[in-house]
Amino acid sequence: MRLVYFAWVREQVGLAEEEVTLPNEVRTIADLFTWLSSRGDSYAVFKQADQLRAAINQEHVNHNTSLKDAIEIALFPPMTGG
Amino acid sequence: MAKITVRIQREAFNINEISETMTGSHAPNVGALVTFTGYCRDEEGTLSALELDHYPGMAESEITRISKEATKRFNLDSVTAIHRYGKMAPGEPIVLVSASSRHRRAAFQGAEFIMDFLKSRAPFWKKEHKSNGASGAWVDAKQDDEEALLRWQK
Repeated sequence: MRLVYFAWVREQVGLAEEEVTLPNEVRTIADLFTWLSSRGDSYAVFKQADQLRAAINQEHVNHNTSLKDAIEIALFPPMTGG
Repeated sequence: MAKITVRIQREAFNINEISETMTGSHAPNVGALVTFTGYCRDEEGTLSALELDHYPGMAESEITRISKEATKRFNLDSVTAIHRYGKMAPGEPIVLVSASSRHRRAAFQGAEFIMDFLKSRAPFWKKEHKSNGASGAWVDAKQDDEEALLRWQK
């Protein structure tokens, strides 16, 4: 599965995107934040889950959304367009 | 059938050209066109540029979804929404939303509805570059923008 990062999430992780294989117990966006935050210093950004938003296959989702049909998951700060 | 045009682009846009394609002989039933244009500010001289990051693909699909919803809700004749990405200087246009309809109220409300949702649902992120050369901070989302959505949920 592909993870894509934007804005300060991308800067802190140091990657725009990466392919990952998730353990079976990672079932929701909230689980994903927890799992990512355990991957090392540059992933500490995912400890602030309440400040982050997510999209699965380019559609907005909540933190309790299942990752079941996910091909691409985007993780990013609240949007500031316009 | 309402016409929806969404463009995500690096280059600037021409407001007059857009207005022409949505009115006159192109759309003789249109009596009202409301265009909102958002510009890069210099924040009293402290800002030299804004840099906009975006999520290609989702930026288009999300603005199209919002525009379709506005078209249905306000019975708009057409919508044009253009959002730029990349680096832009103070005074340059960042975003344009035009809504056309038979009467003014629908056009005003349609354009405002699209802008309100675009602000906090379209995947764009602004970063400030300061005039003193410092690479500034990412702009924080405003609570006001989130609250602006609530009044449409009636």
